[in-house]
Amino acid sequence: MSQNNLDLEPKTDLAARVDSENHHTKKRRRKKILLGDLIFIIVNTLILSLMVVVTLYPILNTLAVSFNDGLDALRGGIHLIPRKLSMKNYTTVLGMNNLAIGARNSVLRTAIAATLHLGLTALLAYVLSVKEFVFRKPVSMFYVLTMYVNAGLIPTFLLFKNLNLTNSFFVYIIPGMIAAFNLLVLRTYMSSLPSSLRESAQIDGADHLTIFWRIYCPICKPVFATIALFIAVWHWCSWFDNMIYNRSNSDLTTLQYELMKLLSSVSSQTQSGSAYGSGNQAVAITPVSIRAAATIVTSMPIVILYPFLQRYFVTGLTIGGVKE
Amino acid sequence: MSDNDNDIIPNEEKKTKTAAVKSAAAIERLGVAAYRPASAKSASLQATATEDNGRRKRRLGREDDEPKVLITRKTLFRQRELIYITIPFILYGILFYYLPLGGWLMAFQNYKPQLGLAGSEFVGLKYFRQIFKDKVFLQVIRNTLAMGIINLVLSFIFAIGFALLLNEVRLRAPKKFVQTVSYLPHFLSWIIVTGIVRDMLAMQTGVVNEILVGIGIFDKPVNFFANKDYFWWIVGFANVWKETGWNSIIYLAAITAINPEMYEAASLDGAGRFKKMWHVTLPGIKSTIFILLLMNLGNVLNVGLEIQYLLGNDLIRSVSETVDIYVLKWGISQANFSIGTAAGIFKSVVSIILIFLANFTAKSAGEERLF
Repeated sequence: MSQNNLDLEPKTDLAARVDSENHHTKKRRRKKILLGDLIFIIVNTLILSLMVVVTLYPILNTLAVSFNDGLDALRGGIHLIPRKLSMKNYTTVLGMNNLAIGARNSVLRTAIAATLHLGLTALLAYVLSVKEFVFRKPVSMFYVLTMYVNAGLIPTFLLFKNLNLTNSFFVYIIPGMIAAFNLLVLRTYMSSLPSSLRESAQIDGADHLTIFWRIYCPICKPVFATIALFIAVWHWCSWFDNMIYNRSNSDLTTLQYELMKLLSSVSSQTQSGSAYGSGNQAVAITPVSIRAAATIVTSMPIVILYPFLQRYFVTGLTIGGVKE
Repeated sequence: MSDNDNDIIPNEEKKTKTAAVKSAAAIERLGVAAYRPASAKSASLQATATEDNGRRKRRLGREDDEPKVLITRKTLFRQRELIYITIPFILYGILFYYLPLGGWLMAFQNYKPQLGLAGSEFVGLKYFRQIFKDKVFLQVIRNTLAMGIINLVLSFIFAIGFALLLNEVRLRAPKKFVQTVSYLPHFLSWIIVTGIVRDMLAMQTGVVNEILVGIGIFDKPVNFFANKDYFWWIVGFANVWKETGWNSIIYLAAITAINPEMYEAASLDGAGRFKKMWHVTLPGIKSTIFILLLMNLGNVLNVGLEIQYLLGNDLIRSVSETVDIYVLKWGISQANFSIGTAAGIFKSVVSIILIFLANFTAKSAGEERLF
């Protein structure tokens, strides 16, 4: 093939024949491959379909149970469609006082943390992306090390206690403000911007805070969205800090922690097979169905949001992981 | 995703100039006195850097070429604003990340909160000896290692496999759909995921038992949470369910960087789709796999707290408890800070050793490394 292409002389009969022969064998070979490829495509489609089913089924099943009558659900056999439709689970869940407080706290901590942590991490990332900054390397190392060296639960717990962070809302917001991974992603992104952006502004007399705010922040919007999403997901899903530091104060409870309490009460009861309202037909609410409804309510905000942010987090992960 | 990058970063800036050339140009433009002129050594470095552009060693958290800056009074004054901004961050970092390391002293003391670190009695390695004599602690180390390794292996196999298969889907819409679905579980908390796992594996109502009994693998429904043989695998596969899609993002990104000519060459040699996937795509992301493996090796002992805490129960405690749960029980529940800290230190030290070991192995094998 390649010889033919390189040949600049006009084609002789022989060359034409070789060409057609090549064409012929290629055609035959392609046909053979096609069969193998077809099997491959079918197998591939089957595997991926199975994966989609395995991923979606548990969620759709929870959705179905949440809309099903509680006592009826205990009989089992509900798959994708509710058998005995009921909105009772949702009205009960939405009427729970603790859950409302938890929702307020969860939304607050997620919103505040996503803004504050992002802003501060971005500012530090900007400083560390200034190539001529003398302390650029040591400060970077200072934070990179925190990825590997971790004091552990007990010293951290005592520190928070000494700082009076326990039993307060601040424990959700103050710790973990600068995550090394996020810092690296932001710094890498900012370093990849042409330095003339900053330099020309400096020549015009702008100081670094102005450059950061007026030039870098608008440019970095996509990567900011990524990092904000990372932070938000982390805060929305976390419950452990609530359990360790704010267990005793029900005003500081979060949605996930409330769900966890609900869940552990369910798991002990399903083991013995009893239900809240057994014997009392009027109630018709069981822990299982309540849990299903609470699960749907709790996961709804992020599940609705994430497909729209998909291209952002893909970009962010790519910057953070594979740096070319 | 690449659209965004292209809008912002002019292509020529990104591709044709290496970072060194760029910063050298910046120095010239600004005429900053503090820079040393590029020495002969760095010039030759630059040359090699441009020669094998893509083949430079990747290291995380480090740039390849940096302008040399002297610390003089003049530079410090000129950069005072940057320094002022940095100071609070350093203070914050010391307070929240490094000061707690001082708490490690507790492990060597008979720590009493009312006496504090300064007043508590020093007992040397007493608590370390104690935990290593504790049968439960040894069990806990075994569980942590076992689950860590199972998680590592399963998550790598599934994420890489999924990325490879997804990459073979040519139609845009189905590909996008599968991808979006696969990310979904990552956004659910472990509380929700463990709840779902319980539901699926439940004895009477769970679909897994229904299927297994239906096709005749089991005679009667199995109580998965009462049998010690299943727990590690339940954790492993719950992790796979939650994170496979998310972990595959990075491999999919690495696949897009493979030179298309490689596929053309393979087709000419008569390779089918499967062979191309196996002999071109997989080797093409080898270095990404390697570096992620290195990063995750240090995390083997961090398999967890949340999932084991949420899924474990008294019947299977001997296989479900991890080092973190041990720390939690001794440290927080029983308020024995010394033992909790000692167990925590053990975990941190082993993790750091693992990272260095992995890095060293990679270095001597001539592969990519972390630092």
